Amino acid sequence: MARSITYREAINEALAQEMERDPSVIVMGEDNAGGQGSPGEEDAWGGVLGVTKGLYHRFPGRVLDTPISESAFIGAAVGAATGGLRPVAELMFIDFMGVCFDQIFNQAAKFRYMFGGKAVTPVVVRTMWGAGLRAAAQHSQSLLSVFTHIPGLKVVAPSNAYDAKGLLIQSIRDDDPVIFAEHKMLYNVAGDVPEESYAIPFGEANIVREGGDVTIVAIGRMVAMAQDAATELASSGVECEIVDPRTVSPLDTDTILESVENTGRLVVVDEANPRCSLATDIAATVAQDAFGSLRAPIQLVTGPHTPVPFADSLEDLFIPDAAKIAGAVKTAVDYAR
Amino acid sequence: MTGTLESPTSQELTPDQLLDAYRTMKTIREFEERVHDEFAGGDIPGFVHLYAGEEASAVGVCSHLDDRDAIASTHRGHGHCIAKGVDPVGMMAEIYGKSTGSCRGKGGSMHIADLSKGMLGANGIVGGGPPLICGRALASKHKGDGGVAVAFFGDGASNQGTTFESLNLATIWNLPAVFVAENNGYAEATSSSWSVATDDIADRAAAFGMPGVIVDGFDFFAVHEAAGEAVARARDGGGPTLIEVKFTRYFGHFEGDQQLYRADEVANARANLDCLKRFRARVTESGQLTDAQLDAVDAEVGALIERSVEEAKAAPKPGAADLLTDVYVSY
Repeated sequence: MARSITYREAINEALAQEMERDPSVIVMGEDNAGGQGSPGEEDAWGGVLGVTKGLYHRFPGRVLDTPISESAFIGAAVGAATGGLRPVAELMFIDFMGVCFDQIFNQAAKFRYMFGGKAVTPVVVRTMWGAGLRAAAQHSQSLLSVFTHIPGLKVVAPSNAYDAKGLLIQSIRDDDPVIFAEHKMLYNVAGDVPEESYAIPFGEANIVREGGDVTIVAIGRMVAMAQDAATELASSGVECEIVDPRTVSPLDTDTILESVENTGRLVVVDEANPRCSLATDIAATVAQDAFGSLRAPIQLVTGPHTPVPFADSLEDLFIPDAAKIAGAVKTAVDYAR
Repeated sequence: MTGTLESPTSQELTPDQLLDAYRTMKTIREFEERVHDEFAGGDIPGFVHLYAGEEASAVGVCSHLDDRDAIASTHRGHGHCIAKGVDPVGMMAEIYGKSTGSCRGKGGSMHIADLSKGMLGANGIVGGGPPLICGRALASKHKGDGGVAVAFFGDGASNQGTTFESLNLATIWNLPAVFVAENNGYAEATSSSWSVATDDIADRAAAFGMPGVIVDGFDFFAVHEAAGEAVARARDGGGPTLIEVKFTRYFGHFEGDQQLYRADEVANARANLDCLKRFRARVTESGQLTDAQLDAVDAEVGALIERSVEEAKAAPKPGAADLLTDVYVSY
């Protein structure tokens, strides 16, 4: 039965249900126990934003605190995955990949290919991404494209609570290394989520809204922004189709291409920096494979080529919003050869 | 807590165990000498880093390990692979880039692995292995299977943050892990006497709350004894150990290295320190084995390595159909 819970609660529930189902699932990360070894403090935090709260006592010995030592514990999660466990490691902010990236992209991602198909590395790295929390340049990035670039990794970016639960369950059951990217501005957003366990397959985009004039492909928090823009545009007679890829590696290019073949126009919305990004990747795919269907130049709505600024006045300018998306849609619709 | 172990006098190895240890060390030596020759012939692609001279370390440690146990290795990984039971025939084919190789020709010398043997791979990244070993040790601890995980790394990796972090994590999680720092004196061309801030790598153990021990890496029995204590402590829940093994590699950093950075220390090592010669002298003088027994092993090993090269040369290369496979389990 579905009830309304937050994105944070949906993730916690997915972890709990998978730990209940499979004793090989373990959880590790900074402050996951939150003061492990300090009487009275245990389970105080459940990770810095409380996502794993309650699991420490519920699953004794299976929720591990780590030192702030990402290379060691992300690597340990990778190593443990080769040894029969299904570790879910929390890399607090995606920005911190800089201190442990080798273990992800040179080790976990390459084992299967490099060892001739004989390795299985079912590790999940949960990590928080995106701008909006006034967290400045080292805690606000949208680095999904960096992971997406690496063969051997899967990259998941749920935009709502329902997807967060189903995609995390799939991530834990998946036999490949998965980067599970949780948008920090969505943790408190609630949605209908079934109590029972369910898995959402990777590589299946969700058509969030149907429409015949423009395809909007939006990622993570930008899905909601695109919905706001589409609602406004509908009042002026422009119907948008919104595609949420849900996983960016694998990417459901079929659904994106089919939508563009119907609408003839594409707007890609991603808050990441624009160069070598998911937005340019999706645009390139459509330009190559659906060129004949395009009736207007592809529009990209992204952050600028800058670090994420701190001041709210600047960060609000950095992040795409419904008005910018609507503007891009109008540019596409109004285009005349 | 750092101490030095001289060659111990009390060993409890049976003649069969001694013969196995000798066979494995000899297999590594012959394998590496042959790769050296074949590489010079131009048939082997890419980079190879040879382990000759260091055999006592891999074999002294791995002779304490069984199927529950895992090791992680380095770019100089052939010896660790053979010591952990990886098939030398498949390894040679892998080094030649053939589809019959340990990794079907997709890994090469720096990535030979056999997870079914608990060999997590040679590793092209200096310091890549220690975090993985923390994970394998954690998995064994979690499953309660009694397994121990061993990270082999060099003096170069002893300066990597991944190694420091792993030593720390292994202690605070009380992991069944052993860290074996193989100090052959040079990280590529840079002397460890310059690059390592402490007198000995083993000194660093104290900083991470674990025992540190230094052994003569040319002496199989010294390595065997130190590793035996460390593996037993790990298996019994006593936590990790750092063992520094000191020796000289017989070849350059990679094949083709002119080695202008070091004087001719290799000739002295080969003549006076060599682990195989010392092993033979010791076990024959003690009467535990005879020269005839060891000579027979030499012949067996020679035939095996010859066969490995013949089969590698004759094997097919991977083809276009192999390019795209095994990136993912499913995608």
